[in-house]
Amino acid sequence: MKPVKKTFDIIEKKQIKPCYGLLKLYAPELAAGAKPGQFLHVKCSGTMDPLLRRPISIHAVQRSGKTISMLYRKAGRGTSMLDSLDKLDVMGPLGHGFNMSCSGTPLVVGGGIGAAPLYFLLQELSGMQMQVDVFIGASSSEHLLAVEDIKALGHCVRTATDDGSAGYRGPVTDTCLPYLNKDVQVFACGPVPMLKKLAGDMEENKAAGQFSLEEKMGCGVGACLSCVCKTYQEKEKEYTYSRVCVDGPVFSAGEVVWK
Amino acid sequence: MNKNVNLAVDIAGIKMQNPVATASGTFGFGNEYADYVDLSRLGALVVKGTTLHPRQGNPPPRIEETPCGILNAIGLQNPGIETVVNEILPHLQNKNVPVIVNISGDTPADYAKLAQKLNNSCAAGIEVNISCPNVKKGGLQFGSDPESAAEVAGAVKASTNLPVIIKLSPNVSSIVKVAEKVARAGADALSMINTLLGMKIDINTMRPSLGNNFGGLSGPAVKPVAVRSVWQVYREIDLPIIGIGGITTAEDALEFIMAGASVVAVGTGNFINPTATMDIIENLEKYLIDNDIADIKDLIGRAH
Repeated sequence: MKPVKKTFDIIEKKQIKPCYGLLKLYAPELAAGAKPGQFLHVKCSGTMDPLLRRPISIHAVQRSGKTISMLYRKAGRGTSMLDSLDKLDVMGPLGHGFNMSCSGTPLVVGGGIGAAPLYFLLQELSGMQMQVDVFIGASSSEHLLAVEDIKALGHCVRTATDDGSAGYRGPVTDTCLPYLNKDVQVFACGPVPMLKKLAGDMEENKAAGQFSLEEKMGCGVGACLSCVCKTYQEKEKEYTYSRVCVDGPVFSAGEVVWK
Repeated sequence: MNKNVNLAVDIAGIKMQNPVATASGTFGFGNEYADYVDLSRLGALVVKGTTLHPRQGNPPPRIEETPCGILNAIGLQNPGIETVVNEILPHLQNKNVPVIVNISGDTPADYAKLAQKLNNSCAAGIEVNISCPNVKKGGLQFGSDPESAAEVAGAVKASTNLPVIIKLSPNVSSIVKVAEKVARAGADALSMINTLLGMKIDINTMRPSLGNNFGGLSGPAVKPVAVRSVWQVYREIDLPIIGIGGITTAEDALEFIMAGASVVAVGTGNFINPTATMDIIENLEKYLIDNDIADIKDLIGRAH
């Protein structure tokens, strides 16, 4: 769908664990037209400070209720203001989401707040009658997100935490490694060290996939060239800077330069 | 609404239906905003800074938020003048909006070549960037020295018949002196201000926040500096001015116009509100009607 700029009513706000929040918007057009992996560019206050919008991924869509949810980390002053609002000024849906028509058995890997957009993808996969292997990791159980909700969709979830407070003790990339092979299509979102390790493991095991990236953002529409990441140019060893907001946020795993 | 008020302005021969333009580097080549803005309603479209050869730009992070502002260090990422002239500008030809192309070079000769390449394009004017704080060579080094600034202005002027607008830097001891020199070198108009050189440190990593260490400060935080600059230059120099710096509303635009700007350009404001330019045009018209002013031109320099 074409993106809109509109103010939507916030119909539900929830605190999730100590550092996260969930907002539900009544937004029929977004609920009908948004795709997994896309994001909303939202204004955190009506004032000029903080100034910039914040890009927040779409966490869940309830098509019947015409609502859309955002699960976000209260990372700073802007995002910490969100739960004081009753209405939200939104630009979206923005960016290229996940390509769900790729061949290969879906395998989903999330780290920290990276689990947020993967839930929407898993909603869509369940809708296509697919039950998939999901690997969710975080630094500790306090930061492990969306696990019960993903299980409720019928998917098989394995968890990992750095401190062992939930699931496997160690990086989430350890837990998904045995499942990487040429027949899977990995969908991943998480911190850079996780994606970097996963990209290496995928290359070794000839697994294809798609990564959703995050970068500090300005306009959200591809004009300001702020939110760039390094990508390989087609069939060349040269790299270029691609815009996370419009060329991404989802990139094919082999496209991203991690050096 | 009463349509008898006149918003049209003319700057160095570029006819604009209203005095609201986009600021270079914040609006891409226009199409990026086409879902939000009817480009044909803009006074002018000032497109992303272009160089002779393609540039990759600076390593990220390229943007940081500051109180009521942002620091950016894009580093002039652009596809180069050939691609701009051959592939991008032709698509803007039928948008019914004057397109002003912003150019940046390492030497006065670069600027001259860039201007020549635009002679047979659909560009309605050239904005000469002698004030980019985010590149190592050229850019600000021309803008901070009145003689070098004049040399660039003269080189461009000698290479084109298009209106030449020189974009001035606030990172100087006297913006009036630079304006004076470029006016004598033949500039047709001035745009001001470019960003203010700034910096932010990440106290967790104990390192500069931006990949380029320094960045250009823009947004509402710089508006008073920009209004003051326009005021000073308007008093001393007889050239039309495009006022830029932290404009997000029609009230902001009016301050610039009353300080002496004939046209205003919206930059960072587009990021906060993608329809800022359209809202400003509408509210300028409303201001004229409410205050019984027939022509926006009557407000240019009114505060003096």
